[in-house]
Formats: sequence, structure tokens, C-alpha cells
Amino acid sequence: MPIRLVARQTHSRLMTWLTPIMALVLSLIAGSIVFSLLGYPPLTSLYTFFLAPISDLYGVSELIIKAAPLAMIAVGLSMGFRANVWNIGAEGQLTIGAVVGSALPIYFPESGNALMLPAMLVLGVLGGMAWASIPAFLKTKMNTNEILTSLLLVYVAVLVLSTLVHGPWRDPGGFNFPESVVFQDAALVPGILSGTRLHGGTIIALLVVLSVWILFSRSVAGFQVRVAGLAPSAARYTGIHFNRMVWYVLLGAGGLAGLAGIIEVAGPIGQLQPIISPGYGFSAIIVAFLGRLHPIGILFASLVLALSYLGGEFVQIKMGLPLGIAGVFQGMLLFFLLASDVLINYRVEWRTSRTFGRAGTE
Amino acid sequence: MMEAITTIELIMLTIVSAATPLLLAATGELVAEKSGVLNLGVEGMMLIGAVCAFVVALTSGSWLLGIIAGAIAGVLMSMLFGLLTLIFLANQVASGLALTLFGIGLSSLIGIPFIGLPIEKLPTLNLPFLSDIPVLGPLLFSQDVLIYLSVIMAFAVHWFLNHTKPGLVLRAVGESHDAAHSIGYAVVRIRFLAVMFGGAMAGLGGAFLSLSYTPMWVEHMTAGRGWIALALVVFATWKPGRVIIGAYIFGSVTILQLHLQGIGVQIPAQILSMLPYLVTILVLVIISRQSTRVKLSAPACIGQIFHPNT
Repeated sequence: MPIRLVARQTHSRLMTWLTPIMALVLSLIAGSIVFSLLGYPPLTSLYTFFLAPISDLYGVSELIIKAAPLAMIAVGLSMGFRANVWNIGAEGQLTIGAVVGSALPIYFPESGNALMLPAMLVLGVLGGMAWASIPAFLKTKMNTNEILTSLLLVYVAVLVLSTLVHGPWRDPGGFNFPESVVFQDAALVPGILSGTRLHGGTIIALLVVLSVWILFSRSVAGFQVRVAGLAPSAARYTGIHFNRMVWYVLLGAGGLAGLAGIIEVAGPIGQLQPIISPGYGFSAIIVAFLGRLHPIGILFASLVLALSYLGGEFVQIKMGLPLGIAGVFQGMLLFFLLASDVLINYRVEWRTSRTFGRAGTE
Repeated sequence: MMEAITTIELIMLTIVSAATPLLLAATGELVAEKSGVLNLGVEGMMLIGAVCAFVVALTSGSWLLGIIAGAIAGVLMSMLFGLLTLIFLANQVASGLALTLFGIGLSSLIGIPFIGLPIEKLPTLNLPFLSDIPVLGPLLFSQDVLIYLSVIMAFAVHWFLNHTKPGLVLRAVGESHDAAHSIGYAVVRIRFLAVMFGGAMAGLGGAFLSLSYTPMWVEHMTAGRGWIALALVVFATWKPGRVIIGAYIFGSVTILQLHLQGIGVQIPAQILSMLPYLVTILVLVIISRQSTRVKLSAPACIGQIFHPNT
């Protein structure tokens, strides 16, 4: 090969923030190729996918509604990824959070108590934490890899939800549809901007992201998580307990995913349905990486991934393209990001005869 | 009496069917992991394999072309992973996840015009004389080509890894890439080939699903089998022979669940459907508790990035 990679002395801060933009541009180019291959005019398609959906206030509000759960879940996951704990089951934690939080309006459909919604949110957090505690327990006590257990539990969680809405929690007056009752007003997240579906959950999401930022950069626990990720053996010498770290980051991520889940159900959806998320728990993994595992970066990245969902819906309606295009775009984005991230730790060098001689044979 | 035998035969046949996609995918992943690469994209590769095999078999009318297409599609997907992790030195966990997310999206995109179309199931190849043996005959010697292949490949991989020089080199690369590199082995090339083999096998596993297990294309029809295959490799402590046993245990759980539903056990269908996932977690826990055994049998370099200059 005429080029070779040379390790940098320190990782490049410039590249850390430049590669996400490179990845976006490359994804747009690849996206237009995909559109042409499918037989659609690439520029018009790109416009319909990325610009048309946010060309008015309503569109922007829809974008924020989709970005809120992504950002919330991604900040939770990013803590784990920094500590090398790979929780990839946020989708399941989201689902169980939604289920547990929904128990209140389903069992007390008449209640107009003002504490209804706050209690639901708390239950949502607890539900997500409970689900995440399974891989945490199995990893710390049973030495079982959290990647596989957290992921497999997604399938179980979705089946739990399905069991409930097909069975005991099915709305008796709902014409036999597998759906719960429509939540009463006291159990719904209130709207915040008339003419849009924008709801209070988006503000919660913003506050969550900002407080995680402060907590993570200022607190001892945040420092420990970062150390554990950067230098595991050093962390052990300084008395940082790896197992406690696993519990922290899994419960944190699970709780936030659960919160995102209950806000989805009590917000835009308004009842329990067999499918309550288009895969936010998985896309949030991409958000976390694209946002450089940093809360502020994650805020921007969540808008990008939200746009991919919104754009996917738009090209489905306007051009009859399948919704899967959103997943293709998301996958490509992550591919390009991971590939260009090599520039953070390595320099590219052209292998001229001089450098070749200096480097010796490989 | 005759009827009882046929019921048992039927159950055994369905267990073989349920085990085969897992066996194919897990055998491939085992080779990749033995070379030191953890590819979490098995689910994505299986899905692309399934949809490509189906599309090609349906449009060409040839199941053989379909199977080949499934394998090639899996290889292409795995090359994407190899490019990311071996050339661009990207994190293997994240790259594998990307491969799965991409595969789910792309397979649904490719498969849209083909949803619900019928296709003829893979033909069974009767081995002369042997398939006439009562009970065992139909079970062992009257199956389709992918079922034979899955078992043959598992044994072939066992032989390759343990009794050939290239197999030894592959294991050496997985145990210590620096040592293997310093005595002159092309670490990246060997790993790339191992990853491609994993892709081909995952593609074949997908092809089996869409051509034989349920001969049609359904979005996300793998339903987590790629992840179960990954767990199977750990369960088998990276030994091909145990992958066969594991795959057949998981196949039995899947079928048990279906038959319980069939005979009208008073448990919601969804709860029974959880069984394969719960059993997978359970066996992972059981095997992982013997931590020294897992540590001793896991390839030492698994998941680590290799760069010769660092």
C-alpha cells in the first residue's frame, strides 16, 4: 500500500470533532448513491430526506420530539462506553420503563391526582434500572458478558410488553386491538407549544443531558468512570472498584432509558402499544459515538439521528420508499464515523522512498 | 404405535431445522473469534444472507444460486467489517453493532418487493439406501444440502483448527498477534480471511432461514438468532464439536416452545417465545461462572486492535 498509518504521540483533539462532520458528509454522498441505485433522483431525494422535513416550525418540533429520547438514552450509554461497559440493551430498558410507568394509569384510569405523572416518571426510571440491573448482576456476580445479556433481554422485554397489551392490560373497550386504555389527562405529559406536539418531556431531556454533563465533569464518580475506561489497571490501584462502576453505569443508563420510555408512552403515544419505539435504544448507541461520548456533542448528534427517522418517514410518504432507508443511513453514518476515527490516533503518511527507508520493513 | 413414532420423528426433524441456522452462523463466528476478531454483526450478516438468497433463488429459479448468493452477500458484509476493524483499526464492538443495524435496514430495503411471495422449499437429498433406514434414515440421511453442510463444516473446522498448519497459525494469531507478526505471519490477512469465512457461514445460516426453515422473506426474520449464535460460541468454549451440541440444545428449546403452544398449554404464546432468549442467558451464566475455564479457552487477543507499529 502506498500509504501507512503512524501512531500519533497524543490523540488529536481537532480530529475528534472533525471526523463526525467528515462522516456526515460521506454519508450524504453514499446516501445519494443509494438513492440513485434505487432509481430515484439523488438531489431531490436528499432534499426530501434532510431538508423538507424541517422546513417549518412543525417539522422542527417533530425533530426535537424524536431527538429527546435519543439524547437522554445516549448520555446514559456514553457513561458506560467510557468505562468499557457495553450496554447495548437500552431498547429493552426503555420498554420495561414504559411498562412499569404505565401501570399507574392502567390500574387507576379515573385518578386525576396531580402526582400521577411524577409518580409514573419515577416508576419509569425504576423500571429501566431494574431491567439494567439484570446484566449488572450477571456481570459483577456471575462474570457474564454484558453485551450478550443486555441485548438478549431486549427480545424478552418486547415480549413482556406484548404479553401485557395482548392480555391483562388490553383496553376492554378497545375493539380487541392489542392496546391499553388511552391515558387520562393527568397521566399525560403536557404540551408546551400550541400547534405542535412539542411536550414537556423534551425539556426534561435537555435538563437531564445538562445535569449529566455537570455531574460527569465535576463529580468524583464521573472522574472514576473516566479513569476506569482510560486506564483500568491504574484505576484498580487507586481503589476504584470496577464492579461498583459497572453498577453505576448500567443503572444510570437503564434509568435514563426507562425515563425516555415512559415519556414516549405518556407523551407522543398516549397509551401502551405493542411497539413503542422505532429502535431509539439502538440508534442512541450511534448518537453516543457521533457525539463523542460527550453530553453536548450528544445533543447535536441526537438531532442528526432524529432527522434520519423524520427523513425516513418523509421519503416513505412522499416517495413511497421503505422505512428501512433510515436504518441504512444510520448504519452508514456509524461506518464512516468509525472509519474516519482512525485519524484521531493515527496520522496518514504517504510511503515515499525516504520514509519507507526510515521506517524499515514492516 | 406407528403414529407415535412419526410424531417423535417430526419433532426431531424440526429440531434439526431449528438448530441448523445457529450451527452454521456459530461455526463461522468461531473461526473469526479464534483468529482474535469479535464480530457482533452476525445478525446483520444473516439477514442480508437471507434476503439475497431468497431474491436470487426466486428470480433465477435455482436454489443453488440462491445459496451461493446468500454466502456471497454474507462475505461482502463481513468484508465491510474487516475493512473497518482491520484496516481502519476501528473498535470491534461498535463496528459489529453498526454492521447489524445496517444489515437490518438494508435487508428490509432489498426485501420490500418480495414480502409474502412463496418459494419452493429446498429439496431434500436422499442418500441412497441410508435414507430407507426406519426412523434414523429420514432423520439423518434425508435432509437438505444446508443441513448436511452445517454438520460437515463444524467437523471440518474442528479438523482445520486442530490438525492443520494453517489452523495452527490462525489460532496463534488469535492468541498473540504480536508474536505471530514478529515471526512473519500476515496477521491482518489471516484475520480478514477468518472474518470472511464467518460472513459466508452467517450468510448460509440466513439462506437456510429464507429457503428452508420458513421458505419466504419476512423483515427481521432472524429474530435474534445471530445473537444466540454469538452466545453459542461462548457456550461451546470455542470448540466446534460443542457448537454442534449447543446448537441442537437451542434448536430443541425453540421447538419445545412451539410444540407447547401447539398442544395448547395455558401460557401466553409470548411467554413461551421468551424461552430461547432466557435459556441462552441461562447457559451463558452457567458457563461464565467457571471463569478460569472461559479465560483459558477464549482467544487471548479477542477484540484487540492490531497495529504493527505500536
